[in-house]
Amino acid sequence: MPPDSPPAAVPAPDLSKSPPPSLIALFVAFAKMSLAGFGGVLVWARRGIVDQHRWMTAEESNETFALCHFLPGPNIVNLTFVFGSRFRGLLGGIAAFAGLVGPPAVIVTVLAALYQRYGEIDALRRILAGVSCAAIGLLFATVFRMMWPLIKRRDLVGLVIMIAIFVTIGLLRLPLPAVLVAAIPLSIAITFAMQRKGEA
Amino acid sequence: MNSDSNPILALALTFAVMSLFAVGGASSAIPEMHRVAVDVRHWMSDRQFADVYAISQLSPGPNVLIVTLIGYSVAGVAGALVATLAMCVPTAVFALYVSRFLARSSHARWPAVIQAALVPLSIGLMSASGFVLAWTSDRTVAAVLVTASAAVLASLTRLNPGWMLLAGGGLGFAGLIG
Repeated sequence: MPPDSPPAAVPAPDLSKSPPPSLIALFVAFAKMSLAGFGGVLVWARRGIVDQHRWMTAEESNETFALCHFLPGPNIVNLTFVFGSRFRGLLGGIAAFAGLVGPPAVIVTVLAALYQRYGEIDALRRILAGVSCAAIGLLFATVFRMMWPLIKRRDLVGLVIMIAIFVTIGLLRLPLPAVLVAAIPLSIAITFAMQRKGEA
Repeated sequence: MNSDSNPILALALTFAVMSLFAVGGASSAIPEMHRVAVDVRHWMSDRQFADVYAISQLSPGPNVLIVTLIGYSVAGVAGALVATLAMCVPTAVFALYVSRFLARSSHARWPAVIQAALVPLSIGLMSASGFVLAWTSDRTVAAVLVTASAAVLASLTRLNPGWMLLAGGGLGFAGLIG
């Protein structure tokens, strides 16, 4: 499950929507998406919600996807909670969240127990080292894909902000909260000023 | 009772605070996870952190489950549970309130500005994640080559990423990464 990539535009196959799902249906649907979501749960979530179950139109889901992309925290978890509670209130949110996180968390906990017991076995250590090298490559690929639009439209301000964050967090290893408390307001102010200038 | 003597409390506090600053998702918080788990709290070594990342990538489910693994290594099943909930619940509730607020209001301009402002931040954070992870686990020339080829292949082809993880594991097993 490499980092969630921004959702690609999917044409709405049909405008009709299904009736809202039950709590159990929410749990099962999100558990399925999550367990199938090897290679990014976000893509599967979209397929499941819009194409397969038709609980939302493509437009409605685009709005929710966009919202959960800029809010802090694990995006797909936020998305799941917001989706679930739209249909069935707080309980719906909890059911969808339990489906998304519960089953894979059990799998991961079993793997963690196995790792704690057998993690020192040489062959396993070598395999994990190899997997992590490849996984880091996949992460870099996601970063390039996200960075490309900034480079293409020569967004100098965006690129400078990006590099400043990379240097402070990646190289200087400063605490994340300290950096972001300064960087978020600054970035919003600059972006707002640039947009005003663009309109004027 | 303070967070130094009680590992469960320390996990809860650490990840609840971290989630609020995870702009762009769980992958953005990896440098902070590494800083806290390895450098500040000494919960695990560099190598264990890299292993935990590899296991989280091999498992199905959302990226956030790396905190489940960190929690488990600190305090067993209870630690796994507390770390996962601490990382997920506060921001999920926040997201719910924001989405309800936006549904009722017409301040449509602000979300767009905030989103545009946060995109470069989250790309910067994710590139820092890649760098920190590479620093901890790419210790040989062969390892750097595997990372670089996976990055190029994933950027230029539509190959299923699972194959690259499998290939990396195979090369590691064969002792070619060192």
